[in-house]
Amino acid sequence: MDFDYDTVVAFSKTWGLFYMMAFFLCVCVYAFWPSNRQRFDRAKHSILDRDDEPWQK
Amino acid sequence: MPELFHRKIERSAILFVLGIIAAASVGGIVEIAPLFTIDETVEEAPDMRVYTPLEFAGRNIYIREGCYACHSQMIRTLRDEVERYGPYSLAVESQYDRPMLWGSKRTGPDLARIGGKYSDFWHVAHLTNPRDVVPESNMPAYPWLARTSLRTEDLPLHLAAQQSLGVPYTDEMLENAARDAYGQATPDTDQAAGIAERYGEETNVSAFDGVRTQVTEMDALVAYLQVLGRLTDAAYQDTAAPEEAPEPIE
Amino acid sequence: MIKNLTSGEREISIFILVLVAIAGLAMAALGRADPLGTQGWIVILLAGSLLWLIFRAAFEPEPVEERLTSYYDDPIKIGIALSMFWAVFGMFVGVWVAAQLAWPNLAFDAAWSSFGRLRPAHTTGVIFGFGGNALIATSFHVVQRTSRARLAGQLSPWFVLFGYNLFCILAISGYLLGITQSKEYGEAEWYADIWLVIVWVTYFVLYIRTIARRKEPHIYVANWYFMAFILVVAILHIVNNLAVPVSWGHAKSYTIWPGVQDAMVQWWYGHNAVAFFLTAGFLGMLYYYLPIRAQRPIFSYRLSILSFWGITFFYMWAGSHHLHYTALPHWVQTLGMTFSVMLLVPSWASAGNALLTLNGAWHRVRDDATLRFMMAAAVFYGLSTFEGSFMAIRPVNSLSHYTDWTVGHVHAGALGWVALITFGSLYTLVPNLWKRERMYSAKLVEVHFWLAIAGTLIYVFAMWNSGIIQGLMWRTYTDEGALAYSFTDSLVAMYPYYIARAVGGLLFLMGAVIGCYNMWMTIKSVPLAARADDAPVASAAVPGE
Repeated sequence: MDFDYDTVVAFSKTWGLFYMMAFFLCVCVYAFWPSNRQRFDRAKHSILDRDDEPWQK
Repeated sequence: MPELFHRKIERSAILFVLGIIAAASVGGIVEIAPLFTIDETVEEAPDMRVYTPLEFAGRNIYIREGCYACHSQMIRTLRDEVERYGPYSLAVESQYDRPMLWGSKRTGPDLARIGGKYSDFWHVAHLTNPRDVVPESNMPAYPWLARTSLRTEDLPLHLAAQQSLGVPYTDEMLENAARDAYGQATPDTDQAAGIAERYGEETNVSAFDGVRTQVTEMDALVAYLQVLGRLTDAAYQDTAAPEEAPEPIE
Repeated sequence: MIKNLTSGEREISIFILVLVAIAGLAMAALGRADPLGTQGWIVILLAGSLLWLIFRAAFEPEPVEERLTSYYDDPIKIGIALSMFWAVFGMFVGVWVAAQLAWPNLAFDAAWSSFGRLRPAHTTGVIFGFGGNALIATSFHVVQRTSRARLAGQLSPWFVLFGYNLFCILAISGYLLGITQSKEYGEAEWYADIWLVIVWVTYFVLYIRTIARRKEPHIYVANWYFMAFILVVAILHIVNNLAVPVSWGHAKSYTIWPGVQDAMVQWWYGHNAVAFFLTAGFLGMLYYYLPIRAQRPIFSYRLSILSFWGITFFYMWAGSHHLHYTALPHWVQTLGMTFSVMLLVPSWASAGNALLTLNGAWHRVRDDATLRFMMAAAVFYGLSTFEGSFMAIRPVNSLSHYTDWTVGHVHAGALGWVALITFGSLYTLVPNLWKRERMYSAKLVEVHFWLAIAGTLIYVFAMWNSGIIQGLMWRTYTDEGALAYSFTDSLVAMYPYYIARAVGGLLFLMGAVIGCYNMWMTIKSVPLAARADDAPVASAAVPGE
């Protein structure tokens, strides 16, 4: 495989774009997955809970 | 199962770290990887020479004093810049520059082609107190440069580091580095003899700060300023016409 | 504080400090003919003072067993103090260099105090000294509270904090001695860079291990930002600083990147230092302290996830917009511009998320200057990210680049966003951490807020004016087709704005000094909170309400 400038640029320009789209899709699926909703809700409220010491095992 | 996958991501901090690396590193790789092969796109400049030891020491003083914070060395491909400063900068002109000194701010003017525009005497007066020469200037004064003798004994080590990184310094240049640094600032001495042979006839041998008996930091810095833009003629050859400045305001 | 370490831990810290002192001695010996030697003595001095502190407390009784059942707040307290110290130092140097541009003789003809050496001392002092210590302190606080777990180490938090400050001191004292790589925002030389890598890996391991101990099933989003900050800054720092030292006895090194590659690596680093140091980490602060102070959950958790990945992904591509119209290949410039514009989406999502969290609590914003600090920070974040995307567009950049407009933009972000969110977070954190009922004086917080806002606005407006005037003067032609102004003409036009900028900076510095006084008096004289426990919500109550 010959790594000259044009090859690398062509690779960057094409696969870079696909990579971005795929990444975006994964993040959206994660953020909007229905069963995640409950967990996110808990997370956003949990920081407002009163607590004064770390959890003990 | 995406569900299972995401639960895992969430539970495992390590997977999460990998996610950040995947997201963050790709941009850098895509942008920078092609630049590893960029030497294929950099223009040819067979006449390009390396900095002499004195100029190189001057460049290190330029770096030490943070001159790059106010002076760029990168003329953009815009008509007004080309008319003000000279032909726009080419990649090949900084191919030996570690680090590059393109700069990001022009509190003072661009210096990419300052070499030869003013006399040595002007530079020495200007560096000693800029307001003696340009009354409106807000540049700091560097009077101590002319009082501080240049450290030359370790120049071979500096050039060896450059050589190990691929800058074409020869072993002969390394051996004679301290001697050549002295000679370039003291014309008509024995030490001045070998410089033209090693770095070319065009090399500027001069008592830059006007004192012929010792080599000061002022000598080095002025020698460097006088060679800026003059290591190669490539930028003066056939290059594309500069662009008209766009008018975002209108 | 040393009392809370066991005798075994005290011994290990003595061992580490002796190692550091030996390293300093080696630097002093090998570099005796070089500025490196002076740096070695600084290392010995700092390691020695810490050793003295430990020896003084060496025979104190062992700590109580229960120390492990509480949060580990001692390093956070010291981190806050160091952060405020660096704020005052860095901003003072900033005002000084700003004044030098208007009155150049303020350098007093000394080498160490000339503009070129003080300028990196200012940028490193505020970014890494003030910002970095604030990030370390708040990240230690946030990761413990959101994970409901104590920090996973007794000594490593101290190692991270003091090691990091040793880096800052080596860097800044180095610039004054003339030691610099000249890589903007990464000027420190090779030995300091190696030291920072060691510190940073410890930081990363500590953070990950604390998160692994968490009780909460989900990692709260603020930690995502802190983790991205720690991780990506490590990558950036290592790649940008790959260099060959001249010798073991020289402070000087030469980067492995030549010319155009160095330019690209430099601005890939420089822009992502803005992204992951000055944005991601401080967004972590925003996503924790803003909801706590407002006593309202974040408006949309999903949006915060989307904007997190957007920022992490897009920022990496944007660096080349610093090199428009230069010798960098054209397609890289275009790519940088495109992603810089796209970056506006996740950036505004974060700013909007913060402001919508406050929707319905505007009366609190009105009454509580601390919350107002954070609100104003979110507004400035939105404004400066918009400005940044705008300036990354090639034709706009042709005007703005190399001018004071860039400086104004950076300070809109640094003063308006980074410093304001930090002050807001620290005013929330200080009474909480020291278990006081409230800050010493709500009035002084109010005074600080208005000084900071006035200072930022004066600064930014002065730089907009000077930058645009400068850019236009450089490209103005006469009817005959010649350039209308010499460079000196454009410089003369700048002087009024340089004076205004120094005044703006001075106001901002005064605010920070008042903040220090207020925090000091809070610790000294405000009575302990009625509730003896450390309940973030209770002590986050708005003063005067």
